[in-house]
Amino acid sequence: MNLETSAKITWCPGCGNFGILAAIKSVIQEMVENGKRPEDIVIASGIGCHAKIVDYVKVNSFYSLHGRVPPTISGIKIANPNLTVIGFAGDGDAYGEGVEHLVFSAKRNIDITMVVHNNSIYGLTTGQFSPTTPLGMKTKSTPYGNPEYPLNPIKLMLGSGATFVARTSSFDIAHIKEMMKRGIEHKGFALIDVIEPCLSFYNSTDYIRGNTYKMEHDPTNLVKAFEKANEWNYTTEGKIPLGIFYKEEKKTFEELLLKGRNPRKG
Amino acid sequence: MDVSILVGGQAGDGIKQSGVITAKIFNELGYYVFVYDDYQSLVKGGHNFSVIRVSDKKVCSHKDRVELLVAFNQDTIEKHSWRTKEIIYDKDKVKVKGTGINASEWANKKGSSLLRNSIFIGAICKYMGVDLKIAEKIIKESFHKFLDENIEALKFGYDSVEKKHDFKKIGKPREVMTGNEAISLGAIAAGMKIYIAYPMTPASSILHYLAENEEKLGVVTIQDGNEIGVAITAVGAAFAGVRTMVGTSGGGFALMTEAVSLCAQSETPVLFVVSQRTGPSTGVPTYTMQADLNFVKNAGHGDVMRVLVAPGDAEESYLLTAKALNLAWKYQIPTFVLVDKEISENTFSAELAKVKKEEAKLWNGKGEYLRYKITADGISPLAFPGDIFTAKGSSYEHYEDGTTAEEAEAVKRMQEKRLKKMKTLMEEMKREETVKVYGKKNSKITLLTWGSSTGVCKEVAEELGLKVIQPLYLEPMPTWELKKHLKGRVIAVEVNATGQLANMLGIEEKVLKYDGRPFTPEELKKRLGKLLTLKNKGDN
Repeated sequence: MNLETSAKITWCPGCGNFGILAAIKSVIQEMVENGKRPEDIVIASGIGCHAKIVDYVKVNSFYSLHGRVPPTISGIKIANPNLTVIGFAGDGDAYGEGVEHLVFSAKRNIDITMVVHNNSIYGLTTGQFSPTTPLGMKTKSTPYGNPEYPLNPIKLMLGSGATFVARTSSFDIAHIKEMMKRGIEHKGFALIDVIEPCLSFYNSTDYIRGNTYKMEHDPTNLVKAFEKANEWNYTTEGKIPLGIFYKEEKKTFEELLLKGRNPRKG
Repeated sequence: MDVSILVGGQAGDGIKQSGVITAKIFNELGYYVFVYDDYQSLVKGGHNFSVIRVSDKKVCSHKDRVELLVAFNQDTIEKHSWRTKEIIYDKDKVKVKGTGINASEWANKKGSSLLRNSIFIGAICKYMGVDLKIAEKIIKESFHKFLDENIEALKFGYDSVEKKHDFKKIGKPREVMTGNEAISLGAIAAGMKIYIAYPMTPASSILHYLAENEEKLGVVTIQDGNEIGVAITAVGAAFAGVRTMVGTSGGGFALMTEAVSLCAQSETPVLFVVSQRTGPSTGVPTYTMQADLNFVKNAGHGDVMRVLVAPGDAEESYLLTAKALNLAWKYQIPTFVLVDKEISENTFSAELAKVKKEEAKLWNGKGEYLRYKITADGISPLAFPGDIFTAKGSSYEHYEDGTTAEEAEAVKRMQEKRLKKMKTLMEEMKREETVKVYGKKNSKITLLTWGSSTGVCKEVAEELGLKVIQPLYLEPMPTWELKKHLKGRVIAVEVNATGQLANMLGIEEKVLKYDGRPFTPEELKKRLGKLLTLKNKGDN
């Protein structure tokens, strides 16, 4: 299936977003090859460099607002639960502006997949700090050092009842693809935190490359998941665990709310 | 025939339900009914009262004067005995001159103080000369628990007082409903399938009513985490092809304004119901005002095209909500139903118009689908995810295919497409009934009013021989129609502090009320009387 659009890609050369784009196109191709109707796929994005992804994939999409991807795709999913909805957001978008929506989506276990382009900076607005920027970092809006501790979104999601929480890195396209597939297949809320550099405003390439490792614990163990989540708190030190932190099966929001109804089908 | 009964007590006594049941009883005899509910922002205690007005003519306001006061507690006497000398009261709680019933004693013996309500309903029936059988019928329809006890209580109350009036059957019963119920039903009639809200007085009962009747009405209701979530979720659902409505009050709508702008840019249809209350800010949550007009008419950054309707009662709420939802989907714009606490929560007689869902412009399936295809009337044909794979909606300015556009020519093209939609809408509005005219058509004095103030204006205008103009649509403002009528001396009557509609139309003479309560006919007549140097009706 040809997923190319006529839009010119405006990301900086070497941007981590290219890896995410390649992964999602490959995932969608495979889904369609395995019988998924392309009409049943919808992607959405917020606002930021990440968001342009919807212009670059020829599939149903909604270019939403900053922080508002979870409610946008929740609305789409509830209207037609047959659809597979995948949301893309930046760290400022998902963990800042719209963190309350993320918490609620996780809490309810709505069957959506959120892919967060986490470069720990605000790229498109030229370099302010984000919710996951390390303490003390000098940025456009914190020229003398960030006075805030970073948020650990993995712990937040686990605490909010998310039933699929994973982290990957933009350098490992095969791994992003695997996490996306698993997240999309997962029946319930899935969050995939994609650690990536921003070559223009926070180039963490050297740190990320060589400091990640793949987790191998039992992902159904919540206590273990928290331990793993707590290993790395979005600093510039230590090894970053990648893979699935936690996975749980339980009834989804749309199952409980709709009880078999499909509003689109009347 | 125009009789009013005030029932008063504390929150938690069941006063509100009593009022509605009493109204339904008189409705059975063919009378028009109107119930005014007054309550405070608390759960138990305080003071609640309802005024049930029964008439052989349609009424949409409550009077200061009543013909019967029913007091559940002493506070009611303190607050309302100025209205009448005819009092029926709970002898165990109240000391006053009138007819006392040992209601608390009886009710508590039978197991619940709430039974007092049926006791007093029975008493009202006897006093007004209404057949007990009718009351029994309505009680049976209204209660599922403690039915036998309630019937007994009804009889006890009935037997405890003397008959004073005679209410004969004058016609067939009508529908009896609150404005919020009417809004709910109007939306359903026009195809609404998802309702999303965050609880906020006085809009919450839309959520309660629809949630309670999901199966019967074929709707899904969602209580979201906050109003931002509510509005954005609605945009998502509409993008996926489902007619969606949201409801709130001014403070909640403040959080939805981002979504209004998103609807405009992405051309996504969403119906917003805003039920005004006293503001600004938290204001007075359970009281009324008509002060969010400026806000709702202009909310959402950018050049936002919208339709705003302002019904005046339950019937208009039903009709105009259906119209607003159909218009949202026809033009792919945000639309607004602007009501207030008096419409939302008071109970009205209603004879509902015939309305139905009008299908949107749908894609014919030929060629490639372009979400924002430029057409002669500005409206792009719709197709949804699930049916196609190139539905690309966007909050960004865009090309016809929905991908992002920033070039000057492209931006101008899309803005003009939306302007064309506006032009098409204006042509349709000119063929629509957008303004209602009442009273003495050739009067030299015209009252300009809107929404819930219309009923009381009509009543007083009839007495004083004046004309009344009520715009039903406040955006687009039907200036072509209004200018025919806004001639001579025009006095604006509104429940807000600045005269928001008056200012929009350049009307300088205003009679305003802003204490959180609606006008009563007596008050409006008195204030207009001062302004108009009338010796008798023939002076205009």
